[in-house]
Amino acid sequence: MKTKRRFKGGDIPTSSMADIAFLLLIFFLVTTTIDMDKGLGMVLPAEGEELEINKKNILNCLINSTGNVLLGGEPVEVRNLSRVVRQKIAENDKLVISVKAHKASNYNDYIKVIDQLKEANATRISIAESN
Amino acid sequence: MQLERKTKIDSEIPTSSMPDIIFMLLIFFMVTTVLREYSGLPISLPKAKRIEKLKSKRHTSHIWVSKDGLISIEDKLYKADGVRHVMYEKRVADPQLVVSLKADERSKMGLVSDIHTELRKADALKLNYSSKTAVD
Repeated sequence: MKTKRRFKGGDIPTSSMADIAFLLLIFFLVTTTIDMDKGLGMVLPAEGEELEINKKNILNCLINSTGNVLLGGEPVEVRNLSRVVRQKIAENDKLVISVKAHKASNYNDYIKVIDQLKEANATRISIAESN
Repeated sequence: MQLERKTKIDSEIPTSSMPDIIFMLLIFFMVTTVLREYSGLPISLPKAKRIEKLKSKRHTSHIWVSKDGLISIEDKLYKADGVRHVMYEKRVADPQLVVSLKADERSKMGLVSDIHTELRKADALKLNYSSKTAVD
């Protein structure tokens, strides 16, 4: 004798779906970190892309190992840097600021200088290799 | 005499659309979550005023530089000249790559400059000096 199996149509229980979704939601809520990284943005020049710039459009900004700044041959206090640079940019809008730090200088001093340059709305910042 | 209330207020919150709302939230958090997080090196970041936010965590890769001159990428230590290969591969995989340099404020510029050179060679040119917000 053959047994007949009658298929009565299967239903997936949907009543617990909300609970499952809640559980997943809580998991992702806990693992998500919304706080974004922030910092000073900078675009490096491509390798082998060396531009010849007119000497009068270059403003050298040197940082020594003790954190003192020499801007265009004159010593400048770091906190006054943005004011001086803004003035120089107003005089010459093609000005490229070339930042050169001594090998033994602190990263903190360098960031302070870059921050001051950004404060002065200097868009053309070049980083010379320190040696 | 008992008064009968004529208007019956239906005071139930509609729950039929709740799973949809939950699913929407779920999808949002799934998309924004990045599961791979690296612990990096213990550093104290420098402070700056003119900071910008990084757009997407997905396109960000971190380089940790400690004050002792250690370089860590994805919890592996590298020498300065090893950064190039790692970053080049990342750059090929993701053209929108932004490198976030998490360097200690006491680290030396000689090393940071070496990393600059390596990143230029690896064609990973978008750099971000990770820093805290300065309050004056």
